[in-house]
Amino acid sequence: MGVRQWIEGWPVYRQWTEKDPSGRGAAAKSRRSDSLRPRTDQADRVVKSICPYCAVGCGQNVYVSGEQVTQIEGDPDSPVSRGRLCPKGAASLQLTTGSAREHQVLYRRPYGTEWEPLDLDTAMDMIAERTIASRERGWQWEVDGARTRRTLGFASLGGATLDNEENYLIKKLFTALGAVQIENQARV
Amino acid sequence: MGTSFGRGGATTFQQDLANSDCIVIQGSNMAECHPVGFQWVMEAKARGAKVIHVDPRFTRTSALADIHVPLRAGSDIAFLGGIINYVLEHEKYFREYMLAYTNAATIVNERFAGADELDGVFSGLDRERRSYDVSTWQYEGAEVQAASGKRDQLWAERTRHGVRQSGRGEAHGSGGAEIGTEPRTDETLEHPRCVFQILKRHFARYTPERVEEICGVPREKFLQVCELLTENSGRERTSAFAYAVGWTQHTVGVQYIRTAGILQALLGNIGRPGGGILALRGHASIQGSTDIPTLFNLLPGYIPMPHAHTNEDLATFVEAESAQKGYWGNMKSYLVSLLKAWWGPAATPDNEFRFDYLPRLTGSHSTYETVLEQLDGTCNGYFLMGENPAVGSANAKMQRLGMAALDWLVVRDFSLIESATWWQDGPEIETGELRTEDIATEVFFLPAAAHTEKDGSFTNTQRLLQWHHQAVEPEGDARSDLWFIYHLGRRIREKLAAAARDGTRKEADAERDRPVLDLTWDYPTKGRHAEPEAEAVLAEINGWNADAEPLSTYEQLKDDGSTACGCWIYCGVYAEGVNQAARRKPGTEQNWVASEWAWAWPLNRRILYNRASADPDGKPWSERKAYVWWDAEQEKWTGHDIPDFKATKAPDFEPEEGAKGPDALRGTDAFIMQADGKAWLYVPAGLTDGPLPTHYEPHESPFANLLYGQQRNPVRQLLRHENNRFQPSDGQPGADVFPYVLTTYRLTEHHTAGGMSRWQPYLAELQPELFCEISPELATERGLEHLGWATIVTARTAIEARVLVTDRVSPLRVQGRTLHQVGVPYHWGPNGLSTGDAVNELASMALDPNTHIQEVKALTCDIRPGRRPRGPERVELVERYQREAGITDETGTEV
Repeated sequence: MGVRQWIEGWPVYRQWTEKDPSGRGAAAKSRRSDSLRPRTDQADRVVKSICPYCAVGCGQNVYVSGEQVTQIEGDPDSPVSRGRLCPKGAASLQLTTGSAREHQVLYRRPYGTEWEPLDLDTAMDMIAERTIASRERGWQWEVDGARTRRTLGFASLGGATLDNEENYLIKKLFTALGAVQIENQARV
Repeated sequence: MGTSFGRGGATTFQQDLANSDCIVIQGSNMAECHPVGFQWVMEAKARGAKVIHVDPRFTRTSALADIHVPLRAGSDIAFLGGIINYVLEHEKYFREYMLAYTNAATIVNERFAGADELDGVFSGLDRERRSYDVSTWQYEGAEVQAASGKRDQLWAERTRHGVRQSGRGEAHGSGGAEIGTEPRTDETLEHPRCVFQILKRHFARYTPERVEEICGVPREKFLQVCELLTENSGRERTSAFAYAVGWTQHTVGVQYIRTAGILQALLGNIGRPGGGILALRGHASIQGSTDIPTLFNLLPGYIPMPHAHTNEDLATFVEAESAQKGYWGNMKSYLVSLLKAWWGPAATPDNEFRFDYLPRLTGSHSTYETVLEQLDGTCNGYFLMGENPAVGSANAKMQRLGMAALDWLVVRDFSLIESATWWQDGPEIETGELRTEDIATEVFFLPAAAHTEKDGSFTNTQRLLQWHHQAVEPEGDARSDLWFIYHLGRRIREKLAAAARDGTRKEADAERDRPVLDLTWDYPTKGRHAEPEAEAVLAEINGWNADAEPLSTYEQLKDDGSTACGCWIYCGVYAEGVNQAARRKPGTEQNWVASEWAWAWPLNRRILYNRASADPDGKPWSERKAYVWWDAEQEKWTGHDIPDFKATKAPDFEPEEGAKGPDALRGTDAFIMQADGKAWLYVPAGLTDGPLPTHYEPHESPFANLLYGQQRNPVRQLLRHENNRFQPSDGQPGADVFPYVLTTYRLTEHHTAGGMSRWQPYLAELQPELFCEISPELATERGLEHLGWATIVTARTAIEARVLVTDRVSPLRVQGRTLHQVGVPYHWGPNGLSTGDAVNELASMALDPNTHIQEVKALTCDIRPGRRPRGPERVELVERYQREAGITDETGTEV
């Protein structure tokens, strides 16, 4: 390192020459930090999304590298949110990629004291069997002489955090099965 | 909102708040609960608008407002009713607007008697059945149907003559019944039974003095709000209201919103820029899950679920539920198109499009009744999809006991929420009320995919459908709910079809299974998980014509089976085969309405009822507030937004004699969903608890109702159970055992029942544990220490919380007494990184009779220093309180 380079690398000199008198901008960069690039720069693609928390509906940009979500930022294009996110929205990278997420189907058998892992395909088959059985057990063709064609055997709760398309299929399938106790968070 | 204006959605959009001259935020802490939306309030403030925050607590919203008005939780109708009285008494209403666009001039039938005459109840109350005969609330000479709410109320009357008439109508192939006569009106507003005069009499007793005594708001401050709001309303200026669940979660919740609706209609603030009522909703798609309802009482697009009536056919149903005038006049087209979407070729005119396939209701089947049915064994299976009732529902213990009585439970979520693990480590395991080894419930936990792992649309708080694109595939067993429900349906159908083939099914079984087997359920799938194409589902929601071409407006829907449409109000979201919800033209490249960003229902209209932004002649009320107007040269409506009106219907249009549905709307009928084209100051049909909002005390209150002898909403819905005991109110023995008012709320850093926030390290660090906010005076009175522990007790349970002593919750003077309020955020539960007791354990199942929403925003409690007891002693403490207050199964159940 030459003398000139040594002097020019001196932060006080840089504060002066790089028009950063408070030393909180460019002058504070070390050689290492200067060479760092944000994750968002290296993303393979940016996918347009919407924050999943409240109903403000902030736009999100989801950054993907190597088929992994690497960062989620506010979308400046959104006329609703103009690029902002609140603490929850800003934490949605943790929500989607954090260690709190379960990735294994779990099963608790009647009177059981522990969870057991279960194969997804088996679980789906068991749930289908149970839905059919509960539907039949709770079936009511009539109530007080009026035709009802329904079942009270099973119920469903939840939907306000789900997509419209998901709510649509839930309502469609369960109504066709005769269920009426289909509810969501609009009641809470 | 639905009953006042015609549609159950925010009338405006968040960005338009920037155009307001005055914004009243009440029943909401917008700065903390909807912080990014709050930027538009700050924009308005920067442009000179006044911001008023009415809330029991001083919050960041209050800090940024011009005025903060602390009021007693549960007294908002008295406060807003007081403003209505001020507006009427001082003639501050916008007379031309009111005359043109509201039902102020309509005359009500002479059988009606109001709360002012009957000491707090309306005519038609049946005290035995705890319900109203609503027929006495109708207009004179015309019977109208509600655009939303309880439309089945008048079924018998509407069909008595209607069945005969519809028979004739069907014979002519037209459907629908004869139109009733137009309601009588008095444009001078002097008829003693016109809505305007009824309104004046009803609200006359809501004086500033009464407001002060009931709400604890000094009259000077109250009058300051009245003046600011009225000064900023009229031709040149507009004011907006924003509310959230601080208004809905009461035993008179709908009437809270109605009061604001009346006020905004009187002031001429609906349908205009900078005006409106913005409902601030708390879940990404809670609006969407009401529009396409996972709700027991609705079909998509607010078509009511049919109730059980003998021999009811499609024509009778349409006769009873649709309106003669306005867009609900076309209900048959919406319903038939829905049936075609669901049952496709199996739905034909000969079989009434399989209307008989729809299951029938016999009363309320809300989530709270479901719990009782779980306990009595009727309901033995339960799906939980992204909801955590073991924390979030009122009296959460009842929810867990209900689940412990099930045969099976499916929980779909990101993490092991309390609703998945109650059998292992729930509060009842700790108290010994339940033993894991004794619980028979089989529990399936299925990990859910995140929003980044699936395509789909959310409908935000301003009715805006915004598409989120899949970024990556979900890992492991995680799947979308779309995947789950599609493949569950596929498997069930395969099993039922196989059983039918091998002859093991009886005839009755076959009949029962037909709706499932006839269901259209062929969605294309993609990827290694065979994920259904969400866009194909959206296309079905949008609908298509006989040539399978996407529809672009619900005006194209037919009642002859030639169109299919899964949700008529969403028709147009897939117009021209383009996913309109995925449009993303940057906001900076458009005007503030941003019509090319995503898509709003209905038909991409951003301010509802915007015909009212112009005067009856179609000219803007003022240059400053121009929004949509009639262009006489082009002979059409034009402006900044898409007109919420038939584009070519001239302002002076008069319908022909006998016209029906939309054709019967005049050129001045701005509220096009309403059966008379007007905003309803007075609601003649659609509500169960009164045509006008009336101040009632909360179900549990330390105060008497100062305005009427009737203490509480007489038709509030109470679910009686030994684990759902109610507390005495003022004047009853034992009321002093629970002397404080408790209200619940949210924080910025957590989300609802915590399933999406208490597991995130960042958020858990920001808000690590449950606390309660109390005043220094209450701390002294009860010996509570800042940062110490407090135990909060109700007749349901006892919970513990850290104490936050703060001036933010100030004591109020109410009815000559000092009232202390306790504020508690409700996000916590025992699981996750940030833990605490679940606050909604404290609340009871006392519900609004219209919406079946529980009262958690105002109840009574006791608070004492120290942690709550562990084990069985926790139950004993609650029982001791119950005995001390003399609580029985009758307490609090008086009409």
